[in-house]
Amino acid sequence: MPTKIFMEALSPTMEEGRLVTWNKSEGDAVKSGDVLAEVETDKAVMELVARGDGVLLKRLVAEGTTAPVGSLVGVIGAAGEDISALLGGVQPAVAVNSPGATPQPAPTAPLAPAPATPIAAPVAAPAAAPQSAGSAKSSPLARRLAKDSGLDLGAVAGSGPGGRIIKRDIEAAVASVGATAVSTVNRLPSTVSDYTDQALTQIRKTIAKRLAESIGPIPTFYLTAEFDLTRVAELRAAAAGEGEEYRVSFNDIILKATATALARHPEVNAHWLGDKIRFFNRVHLGMAVATDDGLIVPVIFDADQKGIGEIARESRELAKRARDRKLKPEEYTGSTFSVSNLGMMQIEQFTAIINPPECGILAIGALEDKAVVVDGELAVRKRLRVTMSCDHRVVDGAIGARFLQDLRRLIENPLMLVF
Amino acid sequence: MAIITYREALNQALREEMSRDDRVFLMGEEVGEYNGAYKVSKGLLEEFGENRVVDSPIAELGFSGVGVGAAMVGLRPVIEFMTWNFALLAIDQVVNSAAKMLYMSGGQFNVPIVFRGPNGAALQLGAQHSQAFESWLSHIPGLKVVSPGTPYDAKGLLKSAIRDDNPVVFLEGEMLYNTKGEVPEHEYLIPLGKADVKREGGDCSIIASGKMALIAMQVADQLAKEDIHVDVVDLLTLRPMDVEAIRTSVRKTNRAVVLEEGWEVCGIGAQVVDYIQRDCFDDLDAPVVRVHQEDVPMPYAKGLEKLAKPDLAKSIAAVKKVMYRP
Repeated sequence: MPTKIFMEALSPTMEEGRLVTWNKSEGDAVKSGDVLAEVETDKAVMELVARGDGVLLKRLVAEGTTAPVGSLVGVIGAAGEDISALLGGVQPAVAVNSPGATPQPAPTAPLAPAPATPIAAPVAAPAAAPQSAGSAKSSPLARRLAKDSGLDLGAVAGSGPGGRIIKRDIEAAVASVGATAVSTVNRLPSTVSDYTDQALTQIRKTIAKRLAESIGPIPTFYLTAEFDLTRVAELRAAAAGEGEEYRVSFNDIILKATATALARHPEVNAHWLGDKIRFFNRVHLGMAVATDDGLIVPVIFDADQKGIGEIARESRELAKRARDRKLKPEEYTGSTFSVSNLGMMQIEQFTAIINPPECGILAIGALEDKAVVVDGELAVRKRLRVTMSCDHRVVDGAIGARFLQDLRRLIENPLMLVF
Repeated sequence: MAIITYREALNQALREEMSRDDRVFLMGEEVGEYNGAYKVSKGLLEEFGENRVVDSPIAELGFSGVGVGAAMVGLRPVIEFMTWNFALLAIDQVVNSAAKMLYMSGGQFNVPIVFRGPNGAALQLGAQHSQAFESWLSHIPGLKVVSPGTPYDAKGLLKSAIRDDNPVVFLEGEMLYNTKGEVPEHEYLIPLGKADVKREGGDCSIIASGKMALIAMQVADQLAKEDIHVDVVDLLTLRPMDVEAIRTSVRKTNRAVVLEEGWEVCGIGAQVVDYIQRDCFDDLDAPVVRVHQEDVPMPYAKGLEKLAKPDLAKSIAAVKKVMYRP
C-alpha cells in the first residue's frame, strides 16, 4: 500500500509551498520521520518529513516548483510497486519548473482541455474515469461546479484537508484556464522592482469580494440620460443667499431627488434575494464615498423623508466619518439603492457597479456648461449626465427608464422636491 | 419598543391569553402563591383567581394528566413544569396521552395544551438537573416543540402555542429568564413552524435555537471582524422544523454549522444535518459540523461543566473548520 506525500501546511497560514530541495532521490529507502524535502512556506524554510516507510517511488514536483497545500508531491511504497493507478490523474509538474518567484499559485499544466462532450465528465461516470481511482477527494459542491464548467476534476489540485478538492480550487482552476496564452514582450533592463506587493486590507478584500460578486452573476445594463440642472443651480443659489444653513451642494439636491423618485418607484428600490425580490417601502440611500483605504457606502436612512438641508448635513457628516474610518457597521449597511458621484473629478459619465443585493446604482457625472437647443434657440445650460446600472433580473429597461423620467422631472423642476 | 426580560415577556403572553380566552388556565408547582419558581406567573393568581391559576401538588404525572383531561373536554391548559428535568415523571402523559389522543380517537379529541418550563443546563445544578430535552420531545409525532431564545420570540410564540389546537411543548431557557430584549407594545403573534434568519451573511450557515441562537449571534458578531459573514438561522420551532429556511441558507453559503445544547447522539442537530444532506448535498463544500454538549452526564465541578458545554469558542472553531480557515 503506497503512502502519498502531500504538500503539508507547515505554517498556520500557509496555502502553498515551494519545494526548495529534495533530500531523497527516487529509489532511496525512507523511514517514517526522515526529512524528504525542504519547503519554503510563507514564513520560513521547513522540513517535509515522511509519513511512512519504504522507497521513494516518485517525485512529482520539481525543485523550485510551488505546489498548493494538499497537493500530491510524491509517493512512498514498496520497491517496484505499481503506482500507476495512483498517478493516473496527476501529471508530474516537472515541466513547469520556474526560476525565481512566480505569481502563479499552482502549476497550470495539468488543466485538461475543455472536453468536447461535457457529459463524459468523471463525476457523471466515475467507473469510466481511471484518474478518479485513488485520486483526491472532493466536496459535492466542487464536483457540481467542475461539472458545470466542464472541468476535469482529476486535473485539479485540492487544498482542503487530505487534499480534498473544494470550491476555491475549482474557482482557481476555472480562472486560470483563460490565462495560459503566452506573449513575447521586449523588456528593458531595470534596477527597480517590477512591482510592489501590498497585503490586502480587510476593506479591500470586502470590496473585491462584493464587487466581483456583482459584476459576475448580475446581468447588468446601463441607461444614460442628460439632465438640465439650470433650475437646480438657481434654487441652490437662491437658498444660499438666505444664509449659511441653507447652503447645499448639487449632490445633496440630486440625492434628495433620487430618494423622492425611489419612493415613487419601489420597483427599482429593491433587493434581489436569490429566491425572491424584496421591494422596499422605505428609501435608504447609499452614497459611495472614496476614502484612502477604498470605497465605502454609508447610508442616509429614510432619505425621501428628509429635507435637502438635513440630507446635506447628514451626507457631509457621513463622508467625514467615512474618511476618518469612524463609521459604525450599521451606518454602512441596509441601503436599498446607491448613488456614486465622480463629477467633482471631472468625469463626464461613467458606469457604477451595483452593490448587491441592491438592483440599481446611479452614477453621477460632472456638471458642465453646455450649448444646447432650448425652444429652438441655442442656449448655455448646466447639464449633468447620469447613468443608472440596472440588475435586469429585477429592473427591465422600461422600468429603469420610467424611473429616470421621473427623476428628470424632479431635477429639472426642483421646486417639486419641496412639496 | 419596550425593553423587558424574557420572564416578563412570558408573563405578558400568559396574561394576554388568559384575558382573551377564559378557557386558558395555568397549573403547576408553585405557580400561584409563590408566583412561579422563576416568577413567570407573577401576579396572575391575584388577577385571575385560583380557578385559573392552580397550585398543584408535587406530582408531575398527576397534574399533567389533569391537564390533558381538561384539554379533552374543552379547556386550554398551560402546564408549567418547574423544570423539564422534572417532566420526566410526567412523560407518559405528554407522549402517550397528549400526543396521541387526536390520532387514537379518530379525530374526536384534540388536546389544546401547552407544557412549558425551563430546559437546558444552568450553572452547577448537577447531572440530573442540567439536561436539554429537545431531541427527546421532538422525536414524537403529535407534539409541536418550540424553543425561543429572545423575549420577543418567547412572547409571540407562547401566544401562538396557547392558541394552537394541539399539544405544544414550550422549552424556555433556564439561563434566559433574566435576559432582556425589545418587545413591541402592540399585540403580535409569531407563527409556529417558521424559522427566523437573525443575521445574514454569505459565508456559512449557523443553525440553532433557544440559548444557542444567542451564541450563534455572538459568533456572527465576532467573525464579522475577521470578514467572515454568517447566516444565523434561528429555528424557533424544532418540530415541525422550517426545512425551507435551512435549505435556502445552506444553498447560499455552501457550509453549515449546527449548534445545540443537548448531547450529540440522536440530537436535534443530527436531524438538521439529515435535512441538509438530503436537500443540499450538491451544495456542500465541507462536511457539516455540529457543536453540542460533550457525551457525558453534566459534571457538577465548575471547570468540567464549562468544558462539557457547547460555547462560543467551540462554535467559532466549528465555523472556521467548515470555512477551511486556520
